[in-house]
Amino acid sequence: MSVTFVDLFKIIISAAFIENILLARYIGLCPYIGMSTNISNSLGMGMAVAFVMVLSSIVTWGLWNYIFIPLRLEYLRIMVFILVIAVLVQLVEILLKKNLPNLYRAMGIYLPLITTNCAILAVTFFGIDYNYNLLQVVIYSISVALGFTVATVLLAGIREKLRYAKVPNFYRGYPMAFIVTALLAIAFIGFKGLIK
Amino acid sequence: MKQFWFYFKNGIIGENPVLRLMIGLCSVLAVSVKVENCLAMGAAVIFVLTCSSIVISLLRKGIPDQVRIPIFIVVISTFTTIVDLVMKAYLPSLSKAMGVFIPLIVVNCIIMARAEAFASRKPLLPSIADALGMGIGYTLVITAIGVVRELFGYGSILSIPLLPETYQNMMFMILPPGAFLLIGIYIGVLNHVSRRTNK
Repeated sequence: MSVTFVDLFKIIISAAFIENILLARYIGLCPYIGMSTNISNSLGMGMAVAFVMVLSSIVTWGLWNYIFIPLRLEYLRIMVFILVIAVLVQLVEILLKKNLPNLYRAMGIYLPLITTNCAILAVTFFGIDYNYNLLQVVIYSISVALGFTVATVLLAGIREKLRYAKVPNFYRGYPMAFIVTALLAIAFIGFKGLIK
Repeated sequence: MKQFWFYFKNGIIGENPVLRLMIGLCSVLAVSVKVENCLAMGAAVIFVLTCSSIVISLLRKGIPDQVRIPIFIVVISTFTTIVDLVMKAYLPSLSKAMGVFIPLIVVNCIIMARAEAFASRKPLLPSIADALGMGIGYTLVITAIGVVRELFGYGSILSIPLLPETYQNMMFMILPPGAFLLIGIYIGVLNHVSRRTNK
């Protein structure tokens, strides 16, 4: 099965914008709402998510195609995938701390949070459900992470400005963040129909 | 018994997981297009939450502190797998409508948070009360959102048409923005009400 460049481009656009994991599929909202208080935090989070997402999709893809399917262990998918992600996050944290202290300082504090980020687990499921090959899975997970980062950074930017806006007292903080998200989601609906 | 009710109510009102603790949001927004889905999701969450709380509470003295998170994950994912497979077998259409969100119960922060903060520290009975309270609190919020979305989005509740036929379905409510807007309004209103009553 050969994959043309156009196919990959379609995956990128649809994963990052049309089917944006946060604004169109409602996955991974907890870190999105929790971490988007300023732009540098949300960039760090986005980087950490991208890193773990690509790594875990590759590992789970390999496990699924070379171990689970031949041995007919499909029913163990949920349990094994979440454990693989948890172990992977721990490993990445230890390795980064030891070998790349600079990178660790930039995204280290976000790593433990990522284990329970449903976006990671969901992407590993989607990659398998869509029957992607390895290259497609890699491209797909990078673009989902890109979409995640774009959405978080956008919200963070708006929330930084919101601090100076006159918002009714009981709508400060989370309620306003959700209402802004609703407006962002309307904007993202505009991407629909970009790919036939 | 008094204590049981205290923990039970705490989950529904005092520390409602969705509106107060801001956890478990993904499935609330994604599934709440129809009331039917909301009730099924609520039942699934109550089942997983209660069963895993019971197991973790019973095992709490035997679990070493360093490896508690992986053990919680194994327990929670066991019950999630049960729900997933049972729904696929007996309620295939509902299972299809909820898609990836049934397996995603395993990373629903409510369950992990209650295991970590409550069930691993308290005896069996309070843990059950807490799990039921939190589960019902979750179900109430998700249904409250589902009622509004289904009524305005499809003109019906539980697939029973309620609005006159001339009513134009409000697509906005079925699409993601409607969900985000509604939950924002709910949290704001709850903030307002609780501040009034605290004064």
